[in-house]
Amino acid sequence: MRVLVPVKRVIDYNVKVRVKPDGTGVDLANVKMSMNPFDEIAVEEAVRLKEAGKVEEVIAASIGPAQAQETIRTALAIGADRGILVTQEGAEPLAVAKILKALAEKEGVELVILGKQAIDDDSNQTGQMLAALLGWGQATFASKVELGDGKVTVTREVDGGLETDELKLPAIVTTDLRLNEPRYASLPNIMKAKKKQLDTVTAADLGVDAAPRLKTLKVVEPPKRGAGVKVATVQELVDKLKNEAKVI
Amino acid sequence: MAILVIAEHDNQTLKPATRNAVTAATKLGSDITVLVAGEGCQAVADAAAKIAGVTKVLLAEAPELAHSLPENLAPLIAELGGSHEYLMATATSMGKSVMPRVAALLDVQQVSEIMSVEGPDTFTRPIYAGNAIATVQTSDAVKVLTVRGTAFDAAPAEGGSASVEKIASKGDAGLSKFIGQELSKSERPELTSARRVISGGRGMQNGENFKLLEAVADKIGAAIGASRAAVDAGFVPNDYQVGQTGKIVAPDLYIAVGISGAIQHLAGMKDSKVIVAINKDSEAPIFSVADYGLVGDLFKVMPELAEELSK
Ligand SMILES: Cc1cc2nc3c(=O)[nH]c(=O)nc-3n(C[C@H](O)[C@H](O)[C@H](O)COP(=O)(O)OP(=O)(O)OC[C@H]3O[C@@H](n4cnc5c(N)ncnc54)[C@H](O)[C@@H]3O)c2cc1C
Ligand SMILES: Nc1ncnc2c1ncn2[C@@H]1O[C@H](COP(=O)(O)O)[C@@H](O)[C@H]1O
Repeated sequence: MRVLVPVKRVIDYNVKVRVKPDGTGVDLANVKMSMNPFDEIAVEEAVRLKEAGKVEEVIAASIGPAQAQETIRTALAIGADRGILVTQEGAEPLAVAKILKALAEKEGVELVILGKQAIDDDSNQTGQMLAALLGWGQATFASKVELGDGKVTVTREVDGGLETDELKLPAIVTTDLRLNEPRYASLPNIMKAKKKQLDTVTAADLGVDAAPRLKTLKVVEPPKRGAGVKVATVQELVDKLKNEAKVI
Repeated sequence: MAILVIAEHDNQTLKPATRNAVTAATKLGSDITVLVAGEGCQAVADAAAKIAGVTKVLLAEAPELAHSLPENLAPLIAELGGSHEYLMATATSMGKSVMPRVAALLDVQQVSEIMSVEGPDTFTRPIYAGNAIATVQTSDAVKVLTVRGTAFDAAPAEGGSASVEKIASKGDAGLSKFIGQELSKSERPELTSARRVISGGRGMQNGENFKLLEAVADKIGAAIGASRAAVDAGFVPNDYQVGQTGKIVAPDLYIAVGISGAIQHLAGMKDSKVIVAINKDSEAPIFSVADYGLVGDLFKVMPELAEELSK
């Protein structure tokens, strides 16, 4: 079986985001970029399935600028077999899902493991959209994935606790934080990754119209909270909560 | 401008989150229909019909709709997109799973977690863990939206008298099966709608120590939450996680105990009305958003707090 893992190049999760003064977006110049953390978990899961002998090939794909190659190389260093870069900047989740559909069909994959959410746009849409476009089952927010014969059983983190669903293959899974702890790529594996196959295509090559549907009119900073005070004792805290803030 | 709101429920009771989406819907128009899809959920439909502002309830009952499996639910909602300009749900785990599937079936780019309605096609939404707020305008004819629950007050549960109309399921897509669930049981208020929340982090050291938070929660009727670190370490179940990738809360009072205040955690609680931080490190970032900060050892502070609140 072949598995596709989409990996997005995003601002590193440790970076403090700054909104551009002109309100057109956030400042990405000279900012550290990394693989979306949920996608690292997705790559790790796919590679573990391969190591367990349940999967033959893991393909990592990224849709983005030329630099997204680095993100793909990171996936290859974790253990993905080959990569595909689709050069298309600013694609929205629907367009990404259309591109991934084309890739999934072309490569004949039976499982796509995505992150549940990209930490830049915080959309939480792409996996579900891809499932709809392909007409496959979907299991979002996975904390456990068991690949069986013609089916996959997934434990999911839902609002009330955990839910287990079974999907017919081919299927879509999106990862949550507790699915696994991604490994650090070793130096030899980073070197090996440089030699792995990485193809580049465009959205147009795949016959996808990636024109955006949304127009961002402006981007602003959220309202700042006023400075608070330090209290010295528990008595003072309770007094403030009762008599000043009036919340208890 | 017909609006369809998807009800969140467990076949027995209507979840309050539904009423947050109804309030968001009232900002767009007054022709508001609620879809209740499930099995044996007439009582839920009756409750939805009473929500103030709701003009109609559509009730679809079938075994394949019992667990809100997106494969079976999305085609039904997508079909209703033919007669509704807006399809919306609160951004719960159900809403997040189902709505993008609906959007793709309709070739629509969803707008996730709207925080305000700026116009018929224009909304604000948080990006980058809420460190930026974007105003976006959609060009799609049908608008598929999820709603950030904390940004809209819940519509009153009483006051409406909508009619309930039955509609048919689109059948079982045969792609997925519900196997089971393990729900956290708690007598406490539900995290996302609680007026007071007390959360513990890595500083709690283990699950047993959450008793210290429970003692305080009992006194003030609070829900219990946690940071990712506390959940990852297994102190508490996953559904306690507050943050960018967990639950978004905005209670009147949020007490963070032994939590450093990483941006991902702040993203889930910084819209709370009053924030209290209890941390032994006076430099912890959580203090930068706290209205009241107490620097101290939680193992000393929490028993004192429970004691003081009993007075
Ligand atoms: C993709 C991604 C998504 C994430 N999503 C979330 C999310 O949704 N929610 C979330 O919370 N995090 C999230 N995180 C994790 C986040 O970055 C932090 O790692 C996490 O919030 C830290 O949890 P913490 O504050 O409990 O632990 P720490 O940062 O280790 O802080 C522990 C604090 O406890 C204090 N402390 C220790 N002992 C005591 C004591 N005896 N008395 C008083 N204080 C004490 C310490 O001073 C310290 O400040 C995410 C991370 C990533 C990469
Ligand atoms: N440009 C992209 N390139 C590769 N994968 C992507 C891209 N955008 C989204 N994804 C995948 O879809 C997931 C969810 O993203 P989103 O729907 O944008 O929150 C991510 O975790 C990735 O796995």
